[in-house]
Amino acid sequence: MKLDSKIPSGPIEKKWDQHKFDMKLVNPANKRKFKVIIVGSGLAGASAAATMAELGYDVHCFTFHDSPRRAHSIAAQGGINAAKNYQNDGDSIYRLFYDTVKGGDFRSREANVYRLAQVSVNIIDQCVAQGVPFARDYGGYLANRSFGGAQVSRTFYARGQTGQQLLLGAYSALSRQIGAGKVKMYNRTEMLDLVLVDGHARGIITRNLKTGKVESHAGDAVVLATGGYSNVFFLSTNAMGCNVTAAYRAYKKGAGFANPCYTQIHPTCIPVSGDHQSKLTLMSESLRNDGRIWVPKQQGDKRKPSEIPDAERDYYLERKYPSFGNLAPRDIASRSAKEACDEGRGVGETGLGVYLDFRDSIKRLGKDVIEQRYGNLFEMYERITDENPYQVPMRIFPAPHYTMGGLWVDYNLMSTIPGLHVLGEANFSDHGANRLGASALMQGLADGYFVIPYTIGHYFASHKIEKITEDHPAFKEAEAEVNQKINKLLNVKGSRTTDSFHKELGRVMWDNCGMARNKKGLEEALKKIPSIREEFWNNVKVLGENENYNVALEKAGRVADFLEFGEMMCLDALRREESCGGHFRTEHQTEEGEAKRNDKDFSHATVWEFQGVGKEPVEHREQLEFENVALAVRSYK
Amino acid sequence: MNLTLHIWRQKDRNDTGKMTIYKLEDVSPDMSFLEMLDVLNEKLEVEGEEPVAFDHDCREGICGTCSLMINGKAHGPRASTTTCQLHMREFKDGDEIFIEPWRAEAFPIVRDLVVDRSAFDKVIQAGGYISVNTGNAQDANCIPISKEQADIAMDAAACIGCGACVAQCKNSSAMLFVAAKVSQFANLPQGQAERYARAKNMVAVMDDQHFGSCTNQYECEAACPKDISADFIAQLNRDFMKAGLTK
Repeated sequence: MKLDSKIPSGPIEKKWDQHKFDMKLVNPANKRKFKVIIVGSGLAGASAAATMAELGYDVHCFTFHDSPRRAHSIAAQGGINAAKNYQNDGDSIYRLFYDTVKGGDFRSREANVYRLAQVSVNIIDQCVAQGVPFARDYGGYLANRSFGGAQVSRTFYARGQTGQQLLLGAYSALSRQIGAGKVKMYNRTEMLDLVLVDGHARGIITRNLKTGKVESHAGDAVVLATGGYSNVFFLSTNAMGCNVTAAYRAYKKGAGFANPCYTQIHPTCIPVSGDHQSKLTLMSESLRNDGRIWVPKQQGDKRKPSEIPDAERDYYLERKYPSFGNLAPRDIASRSAKEACDEGRGVGETGLGVYLDFRDSIKRLGKDVIEQRYGNLFEMYERITDENPYQVPMRIFPAPHYTMGGLWVDYNLMSTIPGLHVLGEANFSDHGANRLGASALMQGLADGYFVIPYTIGHYFASHKIEKITEDHPAFKEAEAEVNQKINKLLNVKGSRTTDSFHKELGRVMWDNCGMARNKKGLEEALKKIPSIREEFWNNVKVLGENENYNVALEKAGRVADFLEFGEMMCLDALRREESCGGHFRTEHQTEEGEAKRNDKDFSHATVWEFQGVGKEPVEHREQLEFENVALAVRSYK
Repeated sequence: MNLTLHIWRQKDRNDTGKMTIYKLEDVSPDMSFLEMLDVLNEKLEVEGEEPVAFDHDCREGICGTCSLMINGKAHGPRASTTTCQLHMREFKDGDEIFIEPWRAEAFPIVRDLVVDRSAFDKVIQAGGYISVNTGNAQDANCIPISKEQADIAMDAAACIGCGACVAQCKNSSAMLFVAAKVSQFANLPQGQAERYARAKNMVAVMDDQHFGSCTNQYECEAACPKDISADFIAQLNRDFMKAGLTK
């Protein structure tokens, strides 16, 4: 496997413009001859599908949801970053770039991040043109709020449902192209394999979730925009359907998988209430604009929060990180919460929680203002916990949320398999070891609206792509493999449910590869996961048949992939002998308990190449060059 | 708490389907309604019965995937709440709960409680967009929109496309859904160019997809988990009429 990042030469601020000029073009009349297969219809997938169809490509888009509008991008709450500097507070493309590289703890690729910051401004313009109802101030101009890891206000938002509005914008653009016959949309259709012909990605195998029919789709390029893998933990803020299957199957076909151990644990989620818990609910980071996080100073202080006087409260983020305070980046805020709970100062029945308190801001701004800013979030909190956050502080705890790792891509967003492109959360490139809040939406739309539409043309124009059809033996072979796997799952006829395996895996991952990791725990996990996997294939109980809508079968296929993927994640975490961003190895910390990077040995992206199930993958490295932002200890003090 | 569940089971679109009774014990009031169904499914699977199929995904009340008619009410007893955000503390020990799919000609049943809502997608494809290609859009602040106006557009845009309005309406009308999208754009300067054509085209496809007519019962508004106002239906009617008059 050769890792050529294809970063254009020249000064960073000129790279993308120059590259856009240097890339080959496809004549407008020829574009319709190229068929692009897009898997996923979230921000990245829908925006890419719509834009490429507008350009004239023959686009086929696949989602396992019942409608493209249901993709999990819809659940993003707080906002989207853009270097507009509308607030005149010193923001610039360079500052957004700098904040993102620093926020990612110097483990992302500079050139990609700079491009992301550059196109961020176009995203806002595009979305407004589409009718996305961003928040406005009374003069009618766009409003901004602040997010973690930044000292400027650059986050655009639509109440607490920015992801919804942006996705509906992309969905409407996509719907326009579907209506015009330019995009063929496949709902409730899950990708189960990638098909390679002569080493190039030439199509996919899908299963129609309503009929069970396994089908081949041939094309000239494949674009994966299939999101992240937080559900490997079972409990996460991801939607129930989120899975690693598409990305993992591409990995098994030869695509390098980069930095799987970089997972983001979001600091503000509603704590677990019991064993029945099916997912964790996120409370937007934007709440940290006005909420203050604290725990009692005393261990085991069981008084009601209102009875604990200020002098006996520890506003630990404000104390430890005075210049960023409650808006410290996510990894730091999460780890601090864990520390407080480990010290026995956690709140709530389980002791696994900290307060997020709006008392002071309600006093300062009035309840109306707080309600206007966060009303829907407060309501959601109340529905779930039965507590009124206007009166009692919220209880929050960190939960798996986003995965920075993903399929390795070059500057053109192409994976190590020619023709296979990867967008959004599914790739690895922009967020390093930690993503800043409000940057996921930015990246999804940047990749889909403003990067892939250019780079895919370059791929088509610079490769000779033979026409093939679904009759090619590679498709028949892949179909047979998929069918075989489905039959295998249905024929184990064991005694344990898929969920019970998923929960068992999730527990191992959370305990050993969660917020804090160490050698012993990771080695233990690497022993446990193969044995869970073995039991799964001998004892899972998947009822029903393939030829029907069968949720049990769908789930079993996804969990089977998580059971292989989790092992790679732990291996990656074990080999990265340093702490950086969301990857915290307890062996590598400063005296104050902060993450301690090892730039000498680990200033690279680790890229794994599949060798077989249960066999150790081969490790490759992309050395990360920092020519513009000097490597420094990340400080938010 | 202990519950008696009456759940609609239907193997596929052609099956006639029937209500099936399940007893469920030790339900915690802190569970969400869907977690209660997860527990039931886990139990059924262990006992060798196929799990009840129901649509769900984000479980945060925003994706619009979950549905369920609970005791005759779309999304159950709590106002302004999707099924996934409904918690068992709304029920009490010994309750009998009737769980059915959305029922509308435009939403054929896929299996058990899962229905096909692609008719909604078809309505959006007919005009639920602003026809702007990706490219060099003008600076976002060149289009000032008063806060009041932006708020109205946002109120309409909050629709999650779940279909509760259709399910609750005795006519299976999709007017609230269509009105929400039409009104979002009708209240924004960017949406003016196609405003009347949009209303006309979306209503035409709505009729084609076998949604019923609106007879002003406001059941849709009452059932809507996102509190979309029926006032938007008035706006749709105005724009639709104007589209007919101006041709």
